Amino acid sequence: MSEALLTLTGVHTHIGQYHILQGVDLTVRRGELTVLLGRNGAGKTTTLRTIMGLWKASRGGLVFDGQDITRASTPDIATAGIAYVPENMGIFSDLTVRENLLLAARAGEPDAQRLEWIFGFFPALKKFWNQAAGTLSGGQKQMLAIARAIVEPRKLLLVDEPTKGLAPAIIQSLITAFRELKGMETTILLVEQNFGFVRSLGDSVAVMDDGRIVHKGRMAELAEDRDLQQSLLGLSLDAHQ
Amino acid sequence: MTPIATPTDAELPKLKLDWAPLLVLPALALAALPLIGSAPTWVTLTIAGLAMGMMIFIMASGLTLVFGLMDVLNFGHGAFVTVGAFTATLVLLPMQGWMQADSVLMNLTALSLAVALAMGVTGLLGWAFERVIIMPVYGQHLKQILITMGGMIVAEQMIHVVWGPDQIPLPLPASFRGAIIFGDAAIEKYRLIAVAVGLIVFVAMFLVLNRTKVGLLIRAGVENGEMVEALGYRIRRLFVGVFIAGSALAGLGGVLWGLYKEMLTAAMGSEIMVLVFIVIIIGGLGSVGGCFIGALLVALVANYAGFLVPKIALASNILLMVAILLWRPQGLYPVAKR
Repeated sequence: MSEALLTLTGVHTHIGQYHILQGVDLTVRRGELTVLLGRNGAGKTTTLRTIMGLWKASRGGLVFDGQDITRASTPDIATAGIAYVPENMGIFSDLTVRENLLLAARAGEPDAQRLEWIFGFFPALKKFWNQAAGTLSGGQKQMLAIARAIVEPRKLLLVDEPTKGLAPAIIQSLITAFRELKGMETTILLVEQNFGFVRSLGDSVAVMDDGRIVHKGRMAELAEDRDLQQSLLGLSLDAHQ
Repeated sequence: MTPIATPTDAELPKLKLDWAPLLVLPALALAALPLIGSAPTWVTLTIAGLAMGMMIFIMASGLTLVFGLMDVLNFGHGAFVTVGAFTATLVLLPMQGWMQADSVLMNLTALSLAVALAMGVTGLLGWAFERVIIMPVYGQHLKQILITMGGMIVAEQMIHVVWGPDQIPLPLPASFRGAIIFGDAAIEKYRLIAVAVGLIVFVAMFLVLNRTKVGLLIRAGVENGEMVEALGYRIRRLFVGVFIAGSALAGLGGVLWGLYKEMLTAAMGSEIMVLVFIVIIIGGLGSVGGCFIGALLVALVANYAGFLVPKIALASNILLMVAILLWRPQGLYPVAKR
């Protein structure tokens, strides 16, 4: 098993008076795709936002690539090598596709070779290069959000429910894209509710409930253990497909 | 590598420029022509309206960006207008000889020094205002309103302390006085200069916002500041920069406005703030283009109404705002928000 790239230890997060994360322990291993599963309101999005520093952990610790990021600011966390694709995609609607990617490339103009590599996944972005991102379809916006996260090499991608509201054909496209990224040893922490999407992609899985991790293990094991599925998710995984 | 095609790859409609708000300006001007009756009077009023609109735009543009970028309601913005105008007197009054000399070069030199000092001081004041007054109340609108209004009152009183309670006359430079005659229409030179300065500021802002990475960051930050931070940029620093630039522009607007009125009072900034807020609401909070169109609309309506129906001149801008908001509740060019 590969070494840990990101470790959360006993992380608590409060939003106003609400105690959302109640001691999250999670490890994301280098080069793996880790899936965070759980019902609505379990704390998955809060976990990603806490990692990004958008909401601060009130207790516990976060270590990324050997560096304590518990109190780090969001820009510092991004600069350390974490890219974030939020649930709402966070696309800048008034900016063109090109401008969205230009902003994500902190080192300057995006590398031409890397852009071509991205266009290989998402040709629509090339086609609509100079078009306002707000005019793209939902699937194309999701592609742009992912492209923005990988326009420069990052150590870790945090992706929040990329299939939400998308048509099955586009979900299939995203599966192909994530498979390509996995093949390039990219480390990904993927939050999903659509088990059909992640079962073939995930290396590790963690299941959240009520702000805690209630199960950690290998995805293959969970996919094969129907009793465990029943107890963790309330439904067999087949029902999620 | 498998190319990915989506069912929605079909050609999308090109982003269309929303022409409707732009057409309101000529429509308003043309509608006023038969009501005014005299073409020379109409030309004079229209140029006066455009000049006034440009000055209001210069004062309002920084405020709309500050609101859009950091959701800050700065009711103290008028203080920068007043301080800018009064600071200019530190150069213009001692250099009265240069201002009244019959030499464009001497007039411009004195004015440029005054504008540079006014923008420098208001920029610096803006930085201090953000650090001391705004920073503790981020995200708290009610407190922002109260403390920034308080800041403006303090600034006005400080102006009384430094410059005394009397109005200060600020005559135009000799070469900016008088009018140019086009046919039967007399157009004041200073109004044309104000239009030119306003256009230069608008074009400069347009180029910065659309052709530079800083401009991209500002536009992105207005739409979704959190995502800009998640991409690794420090939006607070950007905000401080925009706040300083906005304050300096308000200072420039103050100098122009003071010369336009040829008289400075400590309350000039707070008085103009009513128009400034109407402009940024009409334009769409956070939109520089909307602010530009809104400023011209407000000023044209004020000038036409002042001539045609003086009794409703004071209420004309409120009526304009109501009409625009009934048509477009988010303003002429609403900024997409997360």
